[in-house]
Amino acid sequence: MSTTVDTADQSTARPIGALGSMIRRHGWTLGLVGILLVLLVVTRLIQPTYGAAGVQGLAVSVLPLAFAAVAQAIAVIARGIDLSVGSMMALTSVISAALMEERSEGFAVLVVIGVLLLGCVLGAVNGSLIVLTRVPDIVVTLAMLFVWAGCALLVLGTPGGGSAEWLRTLTGGSIVSAWIPRAALLLLVIVAAIWIPIRRSRLGLSLYAIGSDPLAAYRSGVSVTRTKIVAYTLTGLFSAFAGLTLTATTGIGTPVPGPYTLLSVAAVVLGGVSLAGGRGGVFGPIVAVVILSLLRTDMTFLNVNTNLATVAQGLILVGVVMVGSLLQLRKREP
Amino acid sequence: MTDTVTTTDSGPKRLTTARLRGLFRERPIIPLIGLLAILVVVSELIRPGIVSLNWAGVMVRAAVPLAILAGCQTMTMLTGGIDLSVGAVASMSGFVVATLVGGPGLATGILVALAVAAIVGLISGIGVGIFRVHPLIMTLGMSLVVLGFANVWQIRMVQTGSGVPDQFRDLGAGIFLGFVPRSLLLFVPLAILIILGLNRTGYGRLLYAIGDNPIASRLSGARSWQVLIVLYVISAVLAGVAGFLYSGLTNVASVTLADTALLPSVAAAVIGGTSIMGGRGGYGGTMVGALILTVISSILSSLGYPEAVRQILFGALIIFVAAAYTRVTEP
Repeated sequence: MSTTVDTADQSTARPIGALGSMIRRHGWTLGLVGILLVLLVVTRLIQPTYGAAGVQGLAVSVLPLAFAAVAQAIAVIARGIDLSVGSMMALTSVISAALMEERSEGFAVLVVIGVLLLGCVLGAVNGSLIVLTRVPDIVVTLAMLFVWAGCALLVLGTPGGGSAEWLRTLTGGSIVSAWIPRAALLLLVIVAAIWIPIRRSRLGLSLYAIGSDPLAAYRSGVSVTRTKIVAYTLTGLFSAFAGLTLTATTGIGTPVPGPYTLLSVAAVVLGGVSLAGGRGGVFGPIVAVVILSLLRTDMTFLNVNTNLATVAQGLILVGVVMVGSLLQLRKREP
Repeated sequence: MTDTVTTTDSGPKRLTTARLRGLFRERPIIPLIGLLAILVVVSELIRPGIVSLNWAGVMVRAAVPLAILAGCQTMTMLTGGIDLSVGAVASMSGFVVATLVGGPGLATGILVALAVAAIVGLISGIGVGIFRVHPLIMTLGMSLVVLGFANVWQIRMVQTGSGVPDQFRDLGAGIFLGFVPRSLLLFVPLAILIILGLNRTGYGRLLYAIGDNPIASRLSGARSWQVLIVLYVISAVLAGVAGFLYSGLTNVASVTLADTALLPSVAAAVIGGTSIMGGRGGYGGTMVGALILTVISSILSSLGYPEAVRQILFGALIIFVAAAYTRVTEP
């Protein structure tokens, strides 16, 4: 309701608003990158031994959550939210782990392709249910959280399975120089290869259009239902990537969903994607995930209790969002 | 009372879709009670002889803490929000009392737990009401903060040890008059207070108004930030009370005890007909929703299905009820 008014406000001040919001959108991501660089320097100061190995470890440890954040970001941009990301990760992770255990390396290639397709199917099911039942996204995906988690438990009752060797080498180690972790490159290449073409295409425009104003999008000829299903399909695809990297980095599949869903929502908001939809990108959330993870590492170096680190994580989340909405409030006032 | 009137009205006529639709829209609680009755019959069919007063007592006893948490969701959802911190706050409050009861005593423990809950709610309320942070993010952040502090507290209290106070065990798991759960002594007044508060007070009307149309309510003079701050404090304190019952019911004091109840509490409110978009719903449906969820999980476990199948059916059922609800209430 309030969003309709927002858009009305914006349309009156279109020339300045469009430019301003563009600068601000990129400004947020750039600001995050700046914070990340400062944090890396601080980390180096705290722990002089932190170097290439540390960066590698960081890249490997953030990989699953980074993919989950991308998955969540796409759903949120299209004015949805997917609470089943963690469960879809668990399901794709156990399926890949169960199928790859003690099989040939070549068979694993088939498994990876199959699991990615499965991710698309899971996402499409979520999206179709939302469109068909007209129940709010958050409720449908909350219910699907139970369904996919149950399916994951059916596949593997307890953590187990295995991962192909090439998957593990693909995510571990470094490439070209010791400072460029393979995991980071993998993440960027996959996300860029899938997201940038979509973002530039008609589909990308439709995603942002149904996110910022579904009615306006509908009236200008965008099929809101189809676009929504596509958005959730992409969310499913990236959740599958997250599940696969979970298997690859841990070497096993775990049927119980981790804390990824809620953390992905947090990362998306920190990454500058508006929960009201239609604003933000997928790279901001990735940087946000790295920052959150690096902060935890720093606090371990500083011998801060891990539980206080959780507190700090919550406070940072709330604090950053508060600052963000304060800036927005101040902008609206004059 | 109103139930009888409606049923005699519809008695002679055929129960057409239009009538069902009207019934669902006006009084969502009636079809929900129908669903509950069907589930009770199903329980009896699966295991003949299981349905008894004792069984009903056990069901109600298990549903009460969930119904309280679902009450937090109902009230916040009415304003278009949600409270994701209820799980963490409930666990924390049960745990704090369990650690304090040995030393400073039960009353101090309860006071401290509820005061901490109120502070958490106050911060959430300030974030949502004044800083306009999305409730999902605000309460999620606060639940991380609460969990972290609870863990710190846990490490500090390891040497003193902890135990769920007997009074909580009595209240959460006790039964009187043969089959009536003792937790009803706490829950019935609480439920009446919530229902009266929502339907009969200006504050309750404000909650509906803010959720239904925030701009209209602001233009008509409602100070939404005050309403929201009070709302999140109430929600957190209620979650704290639910935490007492959880620790009593399970006889466990753990900092993650009630976490698994978070999503079911949202589900109970949704099944009960409260719209997550705000402005529509009530506590009556939510209570029945909590009972429905409890009976379903009892049926599923008595069928001997593994946990996996139970979760799948549970999720499918939430979608089914929510979809049926949306279908009949929307033109």
